[in-house]
Amino acid sequence: MSRAETAVRSPRPLRTLGLLRSELTTTFRRWRTLALLGVLAAVPVLIGAAVRIETSDGSPAGPGDGGEGPAFVAQITNNGLFLVFTALAVTLPFFLPMAVGVIAGDAIAGEAHAGTLRYLLVAPAGRTRLLLTKYAATVAFCLAATFVVAVSALAVGALLFPLGDLTTISGTRIGFTEGLGRALLIALVVALSLTGLAALGLFVSTLTNSGIAAMAATVGLLITVQILDQIPQLHAVQPYLFSHYWLSFADLVRDPVHWDDLVRNLQVQALYTAVFGSAAWARFTTKDITA
Amino acid sequence: MDEEDDGVIRTRGLTKRYRGGQLAVDGLDLTVPAGSVFGFLGPNGSGKTTTIRMLMGLVEPTSGTARVLGHPMPRSSRAVLPRVGALIEGPALYGFLTGRDNLLRYDAADPTADPRTRRTRVAAALERVGLTAAAGKKVKAYSLGMRQRLGLAAALLQPRDLLVLDEPTNGLDPQGMREIRSLVRELASDGTTVFLSSHLLDEIEQVCTHAAVMARGRLIAQGAVAELTAGARGRLVVTTPDTGEAARVLKEQGAGDVVVDEDRVTGEPPERDLAEVNAALVAAGVRVRGFGLERASLEDAFVALTGEGFDVAG
Ligand SMILES: Nc1ncnc2c1ncn2[C@@H]1O[C@H](COP(=O)(O)OP(=O)(O)OP(=O)(O)O)[C@@H](O)[C@H]1O
Ligand SMILES: [Mg+2]
Repeated sequence: MSRAETAVRSPRPLRTLGLLRSELTTTFRRWRTLALLGVLAAVPVLIGAAVRIETSDGSPAGPGDGGEGPAFVAQITNNGLFLVFTALAVTLPFFLPMAVGVIAGDAIAGEAHAGTLRYLLVAPAGRTRLLLTKYAATVAFCLAATFVVAVSALAVGALLFPLGDLTTISGTRIGFTEGLGRALLIALVVALSLTGLAALGLFVSTLTNSGIAAMAATVGLLITVQILDQIPQLHAVQPYLFSHYWLSFADLVRDPVHWDDLVRNLQVQALYTAVFGSAAWARFTTKDITA
Repeated sequence: MDEEDDGVIRTRGLTKRYRGGQLAVDGLDLTVPAGSVFGFLGPNGSGKTTTIRMLMGLVEPTSGTARVLGHPMPRSSRAVLPRVGALIEGPALYGFLTGRDNLLRYDAADPTADPRTRRTRVAAALERVGLTAAAGKKVKAYSLGMRQRLGLAAALLQPRDLLVLDEPTNGLDPQGMREIRSLVRELASDGTTVFLSSHLLDEIEQVCTHAAVMARGRLIAQGAVAELTAGARGRLVVTTPDTGEAARVLKEQGAGDVVVDEDRVTGEPPERDLAEVNAALVAAGVRVRGFGLERASLEDAFVALTGEGFDVAG
């Protein structure tokens, strides 16, 4: 036969990562991603400026009547490093997870909506490989988003306030370098706190062909869970909500560190990743791609 | 090799009922011979795209089997699909990426593609569809035809054994259509089997060696184009300024289904010698400019096969 038999090419393990590289560059070059990161970067600037303006007359930061502002806010004027902790405490309940919900919700559904999903699959990307790539890219976004907040806060903190040794919640003092190390660790923990939601969003993303619907559903779930976590009667189920231990990162500013809730937080995230990751896989590998 | 005897595509009893209950493809037995340019014809909604989606492993058949390049689908997607280029229901692209970056992404999705040759292969594919000049432009600024070309380029990133093109000339200008046809011929002469779906019969007829006709999810006919059209008889065509008189004479001479279209009068040729028909026309004073038999088209064959037109079924 006069057929041009194409040489049989076989997949190579390293080439498998080519899709992840493409996914990362595609995600982080998108205008939408940059806008989300821009908003997150602006939050520490706003907090820093507000604290600076409010304390310019020498009064302490935070409400003067002794009520509570955001965590650590009172310390910022003494040490700019506390702006990192404050900014993470402010963005973790809503801004950060909302951004993650947008990226995770759009991961599969957005490709389905654009029709690009069918071309990725006939390339053939492989359904499991594509799903893993999408999850990895979403986790990378969690890290990037958290570090954008942290780095922006550190820069603003250094610019507007003094830096130096810091006093822990327990009252002891630790050196600036160790404080910086704790800040890095906190950023990492905050990023990992978002991985459960990322898996949930990815699962939602396999259920629909509309990226907007998946993003809205994921963000809706986030708000619902945050509300449920506030209802006292539900305290029995609250330890299983993905956001329940989020603010435990503050325990890293204790001396010695209280590990219990930090570990529980990571366990909950692992549980959500396992459960919703499997559900997403079961759904996506058997789904008819008709968009 | 088994795929040579089996056909490049072979389905047996392939059936798809969508979740809504719609029976889109019904017991399809399709065989696409290696090296053919295969026209997959059918009116809108007849199940062409659904069939292609099943062949590409995107949609799970309700029942029946499909083999592509000798391997069962969708089970062997990983082995089969790198050897297949596809354009399914129009191109789908990332509007926020440039044409070149779109192709780089699709190529990166194929784990068998060599990243070292990626840029050169992408450049060659862009060249082949005439998009080199627009390669750096964001796709959201592309016209419909440019998108179609880029989608085609994505199917041509590698040398392929099989090219599946679902309505490839949608949105193209006549020049673009001509280019696609010559591209298809060129690929076929390299030995690539081309599976081309369309609802435009003449388009298929110009390039295809084989064809299959679908209607309402069922396969009505398949085979070599020459065989399919052999069954249908050609039409007698008379070109004349005296159309009214010509039509009358043709009917008198026994021609059926006489139709007047501007200065052309056509009809089913009568059983008698056509020389006599012509003589009768002249005798009646009809000024004949042209007189001849037009070869039967696929559309004639389709009408002969189904007794109906090429319309959408409800
Ligand atoms: N996702 C879906 N869910 C339910 N029914 C569907 C779906 N996709 C297609 N159909 C139905 O299946 C039938 C076949 O559709 P298909 O898209 O395969 O036709 P087609 O031959 O490609 O038509 P066209 O020439 O318009 O592209 C149609 O009746 C259509 O309404
Ligand atoms: Mg179609």
